[in-house]
Amino acid sequence: MRSCWLRAPRRVWAGGRRPRGSLTPPSSPVPAAAAPRPRRARKRRHRRGAPASPAAMSGLGAAAGPAWQRDSGGLSLLAEEPHGAAPVDFLQELPSCQSARRRRGGTQECRPALLGTAGSRGDAARAETGELADRPAREHPKSMAEKRRIRDSQQADTEHLTRWKKWRRTSSKSLKKALTEVKGLSSYLVLWRHDIHSIEGKFGTGIQSYFSFLRFLVLLNFIIFILMFSFVTLPTIISKYGIFNSTIAYISPKNIDDTCTIYKPSGNKGLIYFYTYLKDLLSGTGFLEVTSLFYGYYSIDAVWISIMRYNLPLAYLLATFAYLTLSSLWIIKRSVEGFKQNLVHDADPFQSYCNKVFAGWDFCITDPNAARLKHRSLQYELQDIGNVNSQVNLLVQYLPSMVITLANFIGPLIFAFLIRFEDYTPAFEIKLTLLRCVFVRLANIGVLLFSLWSQIAGCGSDKCKPCGYNYKLYPCWESDVGQEMYKLMIFDFIVILAVALFADFPRKLLVTHCSWKLVQWFGHKEFEISDNVLEIIYGQTICWIGTFFSPLLPAIATIKYFIIFYVKKIVLIHTRKPAARPIRASSSNFFFLVVLLIGLLLAFIPLGFSIARIPSSKACGPFRNFNTSWEVIPDTILQFPTGLQQILFGIASEAFAVPFFVILCIMMFYVIALARAHKRVVEQLREQLVLESRDKMFLIRKIAEAQRYP
Amino acid sequence: AYKRFSELLPKEERENAYSARVPKSQILTLPELRANPFQHRICHVFSTSETGDDSMSFEDFLDMLSVFSDSATSDIKSHYAFRIFDFDNDGILDRKDLEHLVNCLTGQGEESQLSGAEMEQLIQNILEESDIDKDGTINLSEFQHVVSRSPDFASSFKIVL
Repeated sequence: MRSCWLRAPRRVWAGGRRPRGSLTPPSSPVPAAAAPRPRRARKRRHRRGAPASPAAMSGLGAAAGPAWQRDSGGLSLLAEEPHGAAPVDFLQELPSCQSARRRRGGTQECRPALLGTAGSRGDAARAETGELADRPAREHPKSMAEKRRIRDSQQADTEHLTRWKKWRRTSSKSLKKALTEVKGLSSYLVLWRHDIHSIEGKFGTGIQSYFSFLRFLVLLNFIIFILMFSFVTLPTIISKYGIFNSTIAYISPKNIDDTCTIYKPSGNKGLIYFYTYLKDLLSGTGFLEVTSLFYGYYSIDAVWISIMRYNLPLAYLLATFAYLTLSSLWIIKRSVEGFKQNLVHDADPFQSYCNKVFAGWDFCITDPNAARLKHRSLQYELQDIGNVNSQVNLLVQYLPSMVITLANFIGPLIFAFLIRFEDYTPAFEIKLTLLRCVFVRLANIGVLLFSLWSQIAGCGSDKCKPCGYNYKLYPCWESDVGQEMYKLMIFDFIVILAVALFADFPRKLLVTHCSWKLVQWFGHKEFEISDNVLEIIYGQTICWIGTFFSPLLPAIATIKYFIIFYVKKIVLIHTRKPAARPIRASSSNFFFLVVLLIGLLLAFIPLGFSIARIPSSKACGPFRNFNTSWEVIPDTILQFPTGLQQILFGIASEAFAVPFFVILCIMMFYVIALARAHKRVVEQLREQLVLESRDKMFLIRKIAEAQRYP
Repeated sequence: AYKRFSELLPKEERENAYSARVPKSQILTLPELRANPFQHRICHVFSTSETGDDSMSFEDFLDMLSVFSDSATSDIKSHYAFRIFDFDNDGILDRKDLEHLVNCLTGQGEESQLSGAEMEQLIQNILEESDIDKDGTINLSEFQHVVSRSPDFASSFKIVL
């Protein structure tokens, strides 16, 4: 019965010309010669005559049919049914088969349809006849010769139309062609397209996802840099050099103790030793401190470009919010793309067996060695499936690991050691290791920032009474925080380079040329995706936190990731062998983005705290005249016209917020209820399908029997 | 693509590569297909050869590339994937097809095959997930449905020259 889905269309084509506008009788003899797919004809002749799909017969009396037996997993036909020809003919006369044939383009009613609707060829279009004309020839799963025929028939169709419709159709077709051309050209502009493709071919899509992730971060940092540069740095530079007739307005701070405004950065003090120069370069002090790299440079209150007044403090704050929002939106969008639907079915798409089997093989692999490794990894994965029932274990697995993570901030090495004793599935292992290491690394930054702030705002013995912060140690505390972030970033970069140069290459040389047992046991280093991903997420979190205090930091991050891409690629190609453990591209993509999002959310905390709570430094920076950096916004709002002010205050008040929140909750409950209802409907439909198929086979058997014994 | 195709032909036939047919053994030397366990099925599915020797003309070659390219819709990809996985060409994926498929995935050689019990369990799980009408086989619609929910399919079913 099932065979009719595919076989019937072949029958129609076998004649070489598709009859239009009529349904071919299902049992017409098939001319075997001149068939575009003769092997189908052969197949039909050799057909064993058994209905290819046995149904659940046990409930309907197994004795009736020949040797329908229940296997361990399902039903199968043990012996060929000798009179199979009759049921099969019936099967092909079934209305569902006819509609499948129509769906596959076996027949066609002459209905002119707009080609423009080809983009929305959903199932609705399928159900209609004349669907053939709706889809461009490219989207039909047929061979080239048949596609040409389809295109000719579509052309013939158009001759019936009026001139207007003809013009519309041709213009939409040419527009679509133009769009595909543009898309094709723009794919050439994608950064590192060839490199990533070759990595994909040699090492599979799992490792390739790491490099695409890196590319995404390079682009993100570049965009953030452009944002900050054009709104903050550029106006400052324009005004400082007096281009475009611009002037700077310095507003002297009122009500502020003079001691708070003393700030003497060391700056360019003439001749300096090379050692000092290097030290300054690495730690952001000295000559770097007074450049536009750090917050202290932007001690401007307003910029007048010709007659326009450009409010720099407001721009600074808004640019910060903009890049945070942009980052979060972009990451969320990317993660949603990689994780479609599956709200209706409970099964975890990444653990699904079908996903592993049908999409298990990377067709991009070109290297035989990689292929062998892939085979082996697939073998391990599929063997493991039998042993672990992951769904049940999931909750139990999560509980102890959460406790461990919270209570146990020991380093990644110990985690890796522990994981060998925890018998989790390989995919889960990777995720767990990654999560644990994420917590450790981000806690690292957290502790650093916390200690910084306790020093800045730590007013032990009246140290910060006049200004609100520790002005003696940190007259320009934002620059200092910026310097810390800058240092972290530079050292992170140096460490990555050093590990690549001094640990990986020597290790490879040692292992290949030295045959001591100990060295061989050490072995080649595998490309540990989790470690590498963590490194770059750590670096990105630093960049997000640091950009507020050091607007040019994203540029440094862009260059850093750019160089890291090539370094990692060279290391990968020359020293490491592909990981024996399989990594699924889609689930790893999603997971990287989730961890990145965690980093971003954690970056909100210190930024929010410093913008809203800690008083801004009075000696430097664009927020000298405000209590805290956040105050720029209420200040600006107060300058708006009264009507607008009232609207904004209204939005921020409780009278608006509470009903808004209630409405959001209602909408959420509605959507959840809708999803549940859909789920129920889907379950019912599935049950109905099973019953229908049983009914069908039962009836067909009855008919066959009736025919046999009239 | 034309260049790659004509490279597969012996020198004397290169001028009329449009109409020539490349024998299967030559096609299999392509690096993209060389390491692929489904190479024979791919040739078989895309070949429109009337003699059944699975040789491919330039049009067949283009067909193959277009199906495996990035711009092919997932509908088309799943349709052809179904035909590639259907080892006995009967239009459905039954247990034998699935067994053959899993063996292709785990590699050639005795030690790389799954044991009987593991295979049974695996096929049982696959059928549970994908066989909607519970007839023990997977037809095209069921296959397309399960593949549409599979997040890895689009990225793995891809060959770029």
